[in-house]
Amino acid sequence: MQVPAHFEYQRATSVEDAIALLERYGPESRIVAGGHSLIPMMKLRLAQPELLVDINGLADLGGISLAGDVLRIGAMVRHAELLASVTAGTHFPLLHDAERVIADPVVRNRGTVGGSVCQADPSEDLSAAFTALRATAVIEGSAGVRRVPMREFFHGPYQTAVGPAEVLVELQIPLSNSATLAGSSSAYLKVDRRAGDWAVAAAAAVLRIDRDSVVTEVGIGLTAVGARQFAAVEAEDFLRGRQLTGEHIAEAGDIAAQHCSPVADQRGPVDYKRHLAGELARRALHAAAARADLAIIGRL
Amino acid sequence: MRVTVTVNDQDYIRDVEPRLLLVHLLRDELGLTGTHWGCDTSNCGACTVWLDRVPVKSCTVLAVMASGSSVRTVEGLERRGGELDQLQVSFALCHGLQCGFCTPGMLMTARWLLDRLPDPSDVEIREAISGQTCRCTGYENIVRSIRHAAESERAAG
Ligand SMILES: Cc1cc2nc3c(=O)[nH]c(=O)nc-3n(C[C@H](O)[C@H](O)[C@H](O)COP(=O)(O)OP(=O)(O)OC[C@H]3O[C@@H](n4cnc5c(N)ncnc54)[C@H](O)[C@@H]3O)c2cc1C
Ligand code: FES
Ligand code: FES
Repeated sequence: MQVPAHFEYQRATSVEDAIALLERYGPESRIVAGGHSLIPMMKLRLAQPELLVDINGLADLGGISLAGDVLRIGAMVRHAELLASVTAGTHFPLLHDAERVIADPVVRNRGTVGGSVCQADPSEDLSAAFTALRATAVIEGSAGVRRVPMREFFHGPYQTAVGPAEVLVELQIPLSNSATLAGSSSAYLKVDRRAGDWAVAAAAAVLRIDRDSVVTEVGIGLTAVGARQFAAVEAEDFLRGRQLTGEHIAEAGDIAAQHCSPVADQRGPVDYKRHLAGELARRALHAAAARADLAIIGRL
Repeated sequence: MRVTVTVNDQDYIRDVEPRLLLVHLLRDELGLTGTHWGCDTSNCGACTVWLDRVPVKSCTVLAVMASGSSVRTVEGLERRGGELDQLQVSFALCHGLQCGFCTPGMLMTARWLLDRLPDPSDVEIREAISGQTCRCTGYENIVRSIRHAAESERAAG
């Protein structure tokens, strides 16, 4: 039987209360959201917090809604809720692509969006998804609210911009790449060994093309292949301003594969993962392009 | 730490350590051993119960996190008077179980599926139970059982 070490448990009554508890108890205190990453780590004694601050039930951290020029997704939104959100799927189909392949439906009922990105596991699917979408993390501490772009959020495996006495409140995605705009869409593709497993590799693509099929905006995220900040920046830079052709997409895939640094593990060797990174980036770009502009398929 | 939970419409109060998992509260403290405990790593789904009407893996939920909530376990599936749920009947009829270890979790997830989607396709059934492992049946008869239950419930109106 795997049993966590002893700890104390408190339910936060508000975001301010959660921050006050974290400050009072210091770095040995931890937030628990869905607990589906933290509790397994505590069972294995990879994490031994002295206090858990439960943020389930804080209404301020819930909900998916349009607010001005962003889609906001509360940190406590469960995976299942994001997958069921018509608003999220309409604007950013890649979020539904990703959610469909994160864990299994029962885990998705409990795990949260905020917990996913705060966990910062190199294989976390939403990290690459939000990176490609250029989301912004809204983080609250006793000094106030900070806004951190996703591309500055991850400080390494299991390390993020969220300080020990801070709470991730929500993620905001700019609507400038919404699939409701002409020439704009997104897609996420993952290769896993079996249903519900973590990615061997996965890729997120966000595209915006003008009437002449020139790429005006592009985001490419990579999961589980050691891409810095989960982004394939060099491939993005290559595509931006170029005609969206099959050759250019193929080259962008090659560049993405070159610049990531996967490690060998039980899910596969380095060469295979690098190959997947390039191929999945290519396919995700094709899928996003097809969604953005049905007429483009024949030309790619 | 005091935990107050409603399990299968009955209220319970227990004093537990915060590190106690919901599955052990149910099995060891409340004696409800219908909920099984398998992998302990949120993979097999044998421990699946409803927490506030949603299936979750109870090996990865702290008992204290369930305080104030309502839980439904396989013992709460049968109707008052001991009448089996249609899913239980269909699993028996269609050989949806062999050793029965995975069955409580399968039943809880399947009940949730049919409550939301009375006429699921085979793909939807397989997707719904994709977080549950069965070592005996090869899943074929589990899918058949769930489909049988769906058809029977629709026929009964
Ligand atoms: C069997 C299984 C399979 C899985 N498969 C996948 C998969 O294929 N792809 C994938 O991407 N993920 C997968 N996951 C991971 C799942 O997505 C995460 O477990 C889950 O979403 C993490 O969220 P949580 O709410 O459970 O976080 P928790 O476990 O509660 O927290 C995780 C970490 O984030 C911190 N934290 C949580 N919320 C906040 C907040 N609002 N502010 C600050 N810090 C916070 C916690 O302190 C902790 O350090 C899987 C998990 C399981 C159990
Ligand atoms: S015992 Fe909980 S999922 Fe296996
Ligand atoms: S019937 Fe034996 S594990 Fe499913």
